[in-house]
Amino acid sequence: MNRARQRPPVAVVAAALLAVGFFTLPLVGLLQQVTWSNLAADLTTPEAAEAIRLSLVCSLAAVALAAAFGTPLAWFLARSDFPGRPLLRGLVLLPMVLPPVVGGVALLSAFSLRSPVGGWLNNAFGIQLTFTTWGAILAETFVSMPFFVITAEAAFRTIDRRYEQVAATLGARRTTVFRRVTLPSIAPSLAAGAVLTWARALGEFGATITFAGNVAGRTRTLPLSVYLALEADRQTAIALSLVLLVISLVVLVALRDRWLSRL
Amino acid sequence: MAQSVVSLDADVATSAGNFELSVRLCAPAGSVVAVLGPNGAGKSTLLRVLAGLTALQAGIVSLDGHILDDPAAGIFVPPEQRGVGVVFQDYLLFDHLSVLENIAFGPRSAGIGKAAARTIAASWLERVGLSDRSSAKPRQLSGGQAQRVALARALATDPQLLLLDEPLAALDVGTRADVRRHLRRHLQQFAGTTVLVTHDPLDALVLADQIVVIEAGRVSQAGPIAEVTSRPRSAYVAQLIGTNLLRGEANGHDLHVTEAHLTIADHHVGPAFATISPSAVALHRHAPSGSPRNQWLAKITSIDLLGDRVRVTLAGTLDVVAEITPGAAAELDLREGDDVWAAVKATEINVYDMGRA
Amino acid sequence: MSEAWSINHWSRPIHSPTNVFASFLVGFVLLGGGCSSDTSAPKSPGIHGEITVSAAASLTEAFTALAKDFEAKNPGTQVVLTFDSSSTLSAQIVEGAPANVFASADQANMTKLAGKGLLAGTPAVFARNQLAVITKPGNPEQINSLADLAHAGVISLCGQDVPCGTFAAQALAAAGVTIKESAVTRGQNAKATLNAVTEGDAVAGIVYATDALAAGNRVHVVNIPASQNVIADYPIAVLAPAAKQTAASQAMAKAFKSFVLSRAAAKRLKEFGFLPPA
Repeated sequence: MNRARQRPPVAVVAAALLAVGFFTLPLVGLLQQVTWSNLAADLTTPEAAEAIRLSLVCSLAAVALAAAFGTPLAWFLARSDFPGRPLLRGLVLLPMVLPPVVGGVALLSAFSLRSPVGGWLNNAFGIQLTFTTWGAILAETFVSMPFFVITAEAAFRTIDRRYEQVAATLGARRTTVFRRVTLPSIAPSLAAGAVLTWARALGEFGATITFAGNVAGRTRTLPLSVYLALEADRQTAIALSLVLLVISLVVLVALRDRWLSRL
Repeated sequence: MAQSVVSLDADVATSAGNFELSVRLCAPAGSVVAVLGPNGAGKSTLLRVLAGLTALQAGIVSLDGHILDDPAAGIFVPPEQRGVGVVFQDYLLFDHLSVLENIAFGPRSAGIGKAAARTIAASWLERVGLSDRSSAKPRQLSGGQAQRVALARALATDPQLLLLDEPLAALDVGTRADVRRHLRRHLQQFAGTTVLVTHDPLDALVLADQIVVIEAGRVSQAGPIAEVTSRPRSAYVAQLIGTNLLRGEANGHDLHVTEAHLTIADHHVGPAFATISPSAVALHRHAPSGSPRNQWLAKITSIDLLGDRVRVTLAGTLDVVAEITPGAAAELDLREGDDVWAAVKATEINVYDMGRA
Repeated sequence: MSEAWSINHWSRPIHSPTNVFASFLVGFVLLGGGCSSDTSAPKSPGIHGEITVSAAASLTEAFTALAKDFEAKNPGTQVVLTFDSSSTLSAQIVEGAPANVFASADQANMTKLAGKGLLAGTPAVFARNQLAVITKPGNPEQINSLADLAHAGVISLCGQDVPCGTFAAQALAAAGVTIKESAVTRGQNAKATLNAVTEGDAVAGIVYATDALAAGNRVHVVNIPASQNVIADYPIAVLAPAAKQTAASQAMAKAFKSFVLSRAAAKRLKEFGFLPPA
């Protein structure tokens, strides 16, 4: 045993234990309310199954969008130098701190049928985002994409750029360098960012219900179902919450080291 | 193959912060030029300019008559179009690719099909003697193996110019000699021009035909190896080849160096350099009488054992280094801070004109 | 022990200087200072302090005004209001939310609390409400009846288990109208349901007439004929005191309930579009 290693002060331990209790007790309370014998039945009701399916579709689509557009954006933020960059970064990360409901209202002001962009989309292409699954996906993307961008930007910054230079001297064009050297080097970070983004998208509520509405089978994802089921069908609500809780816990535990070391 | 006299012609001027690099570098095809210089002299910057990783601010770089970089004319060929192979000091092999895929990367980027690129890579792997490691990942390789893979990767693109940045510095002393020999064999077979950046004079001696010495962003000496080693023109070069360099004014058989006058064997007039091999400097406790006519009193500032020689650094009328046998050192009972007499025969002083470098 | 102290304290007439000081202190703490003074001390020592009123979301504007009236009439009092759907509020009360008064938008949620023994005294109906169809200003989709909602686009309704949602279902059934569930967005309460029309792209919604009135020119109101409409009773009740509640807050809760049932309050409620009790 290493006697030189100091024991943590009692006050610190006490405060830490209090904090642990603060986080654990609500979870224990939730778990106590679960009727385990009915869990399978609660999760396979048509409404629950529909909500789970819709949640998976929307959250995975949100991750795909976040990756497709967030990667170039992160590259831009990490690699180019222009006067408004801090402002742009702040803007991109804003949804992380914005109340999601406000995000939903903001999305409405931009993409509702009465807004210029939303109206144009509808008139020109017949596309309506509100009350459609695309709307739910867009709301989830809006709220969760910053998690991808922030992770990817950090990765673009920390990568050793000399590998890209080697690739250039070997005759690789910029796109080839990006595809064959840059992306593989930051793939683990991108994967972590994607999982984090997915977890956030899966739990998204405020922006979705405000922007996309609460339409069964189209925008009623897991969190919206939980909210609606709380009075009527508490058991289902708790069972659905349990699903969200387990997924989130697995994701966060798996990513803890990577995420913390990056920020 | 039409072989022009001069393959690489670079007149490099660039600056970063206070540092200014201004270097002229010419090399015929098939030659190996060693760029030597102390840390921070601008060697790596020169290499980056040649590779196209840093743009010139003024000057011109051309390779086999093609202009690669000419700011005045607005020409800049990006690295991927230069046909320049680079081996970096820490090799920078792609960790996510196998050894074979690393070497195939260049051919693949040149648009060669996957199978053909792998065949090229496999033949290079054989040439560097690592066929059995083709599916290994770079982190599974030893330092020497990684160096050979990096060399094969650079050569597999069939470059006209090969740039080696301290190719042996990352290796331990034991493997360095092996890898150096291996590298020598490949460089002899290489038809293009090689620029080798190093701070180790042994690399230059074994691998290069020409030496360019850069100090503080300027060329302090350039030329064939034999010339540079026999007639150093800067303290740094003299130190590299392990000799004493004096700078003085010759007048017949007299060389005036700072406050001292040395008698020299040959007849010279005007500003001149003089080298004295450390082993030609004799040490005495008392003022010697006899044939050596150059002698002076000096203080010992340090004593180091170097293999079977004792290296004694002297300060005084002339700052020189003497190398004597351990037996002689013991006999003289030398201590740091002692005053001793140094003596050099006139015939041991090699004098040459202080012309332009 | 502290409860005994509070009861003694609050039930004693406040003539002694210490009590005047205490009441001043309480007033200072609750109202942020300056509102309560020796001269404006309450006439009745029972109505003093703070109560929490859980009220249906459709009562938001009306009860905000009523609480202000009550506080003005009884200096030294403060009414803390919390609004949500009646079902959410009743669920919160069952879970132990510390409310003193519950004003529901339906009888069902009040009955639920009565069944669990959470009421003190009997509930009384203080107002009634009816439903109305709302559309965007100017009624661009030309919706004139419940029947027009069937194929108009996405319709905003309250959650099926929220009173306004239950009533809307009854009204639609009475009119013989079916709306596909995939064309329905569900708000958790009347306000959220209305917002989906005013802020979002819902074509129309069914909310309480009072909410429609409160939205002013942000919506166009289409009345529902009496034969199809649902009249909702709004009952109010004092809740059984929780462990730490003082007799003073209980007395104040009763006073607030009486006030809501008073003629003055009825006048106020009418201003906000509520119907008087039957």
